[in-house]
Amino acid sequence: MFASLTRRFLQFQTLVHLGALAPFLALLLDIARDNLSVNPIQDITFRTGKAALVLLVLTLAATPLNTVFGFRAAIRARRALGLYAFGYALLHFLIFSMVDYGLDLPLIWVETLEKPYIYVGFSAFLILLPLALTSTRGWQRRLGRTWKRLHRLVYMAGILVIIHYVWVVKADIRQPLAWGVVVLILLAARLSPLRRYLTRLRSRLRSRLQRRRRPTARAVASSGAANRTTL
Amino acid sequence: MTRHIPSSEITPRHVYVSRRKFIRGLGLATGALALAACGALPSREGRSATPTTMPQAGAMTDELGDPINTYEEITTYNNFYEFTTDKEGVARMVKEYARPEPWKVTVGGLVNNPRVYDLDDLRKFGEEERVYRLRCVEAWSMVIPWLGFPLRKLLEEVEPASQARYVRFEAIYDPDGLPGQRIDWYNWPYVEGLRLDEAMHDLTILATGLYGEPLPMQNGAPVRLVVPWKYGFKSIKSIVKIDLVAEQPVSLWMAAAPHEYGFYANVNPDVPHPRWSQRTERRIGELKRRETLPFNGYAEEVAYLYEGMDLRKNY
Repeated sequence: MFASLTRRFLQFQTLVHLGALAPFLALLLDIARDNLSVNPIQDITFRTGKAALVLLVLTLAATPLNTVFGFRAAIRARRALGLYAFGYALLHFLIFSMVDYGLDLPLIWVETLEKPYIYVGFSAFLILLPLALTSTRGWQRRLGRTWKRLHRLVYMAGILVIIHYVWVVKADIRQPLAWGVVVLILLAARLSPLRRYLTRLRSRLRSRLQRRRRPTARAVASSGAANRTTL
Repeated sequence: MTRHIPSSEITPRHVYVSRRKFIRGLGLATGALALAACGALPSREGRSATPTTMPQAGAMTDELGDPINTYEEITTYNNFYEFTTDKEGVARMVKEYARPEPWKVTVGGLVNNPRVYDLDDLRKFGEEERVYRLRCVEAWSMVIPWLGFPLRKLLEEVEPASQARYVRFEAIYDPDGLPGQRIDWYNWPYVEGLRLDEAMHDLTILATGLYGEPLPMQNGAPVRLVVPWKYGFKSIKSIVKIDLVAEQPVSLWMAAAPHEYGFYANVNPDVPHPRWSQRTERRIGELKRRETLPFNGYAEEVAYLYEGMDLRKNY
């Protein structure tokens, strides 16, 4: 029983790592095969940015997936997802500053003043930086309650990233808005009244199911686990 | 110092095409001799099946000395929202698209001689090569050897009436074949406009080809506008209608985002787009950014058109 659970968890973790690395590997492959457009720097900038956004949204989704659906593996994958999101954001930032603008600081300064999406994106990056640095268990222990408060800033980063995305696109903002709606839903799922309602709904559904079926060992174990998680 | 190449110095298409045919013929003859020596002269069928040579432009640089972009660069990176917003996707999608034939361009409005032109009629205005920089509002640029003729020639033929102050262009509307037009986010069809004096300027052309070849669909076949001192979106593709009008036309982009896209849209590094700086650009094929030139480097030729105008207001 325990062994099979471990295996399932491991499989999920492997899947998370593979999925998170996939955009990077695809990018390397496209670079190696000269498969980018004739404006490759912009392609790489867009693709790393998009990967960072998707992974950030998945990071934000981890907690609600656990509280609402009781999907505990999501919690275990949360740190990795967050770090991958930061990794792509870092690449995105390095390509912008070093490759696109060749570290021409005066030019970057002038252009940043005229391109508000740059400083919004940069602010999001500045928020993610300390979160990535304090993501270890050691820092979690050292910071205690502060750690949790600090890491709630990830929602701020999420909102800034959406604004960054909306301001980048030329006119048709449906895609960035769709991502914005997802971020807002995930944020709302964290707000206490809604979260309490969702958790209650879930436990009521579960107990109704259990009344119908004989309670199995696993259901008991997982409901116990759900009570322990107060994230 | 005049940057613009006088039309007298531009090699007419028929001259360089025949020149090339001659050179190609030389090559073929030499090859045939060599093969004949080996006793393996290719059959007639074999020769006609050889792949056509790469498209070639007459000039290799623009008047500033910068090299023209490759045919591949020009034909695989296109903004053509009627197909898709994916710049690389356009070249793939045009392969499955058959544009309406025969193509007609209806020229009317405030003119004395309204007329419907087909492509043969347009060819009568001649075809000369013009190597122009194209600066996209997205801050990338290319140098493109267009083939075309000054729009002025066509306008003179239809004779604008005295009340005509602007020219309004309308592009193809074919939502059945153009998936982008089934998305009503934009106010299709694509519309653009020029002031009459801008339209009459010698730099303003109707292009029917590039790189010595007929215009590929992704570049706006069969006929498009090219106004090199304005951002690329002003150079409307696949034109079906040209009207002379009294009031300033509202372009598709002006309607979509009025505070971001003005009527003039002259390339101007000092006037940032509300969200994007326009100071620098990336020339496709280059690593380092370049400084964007006022009027895209055509200030000497066109700045007089805007004397006394506040270009910050008239963006």
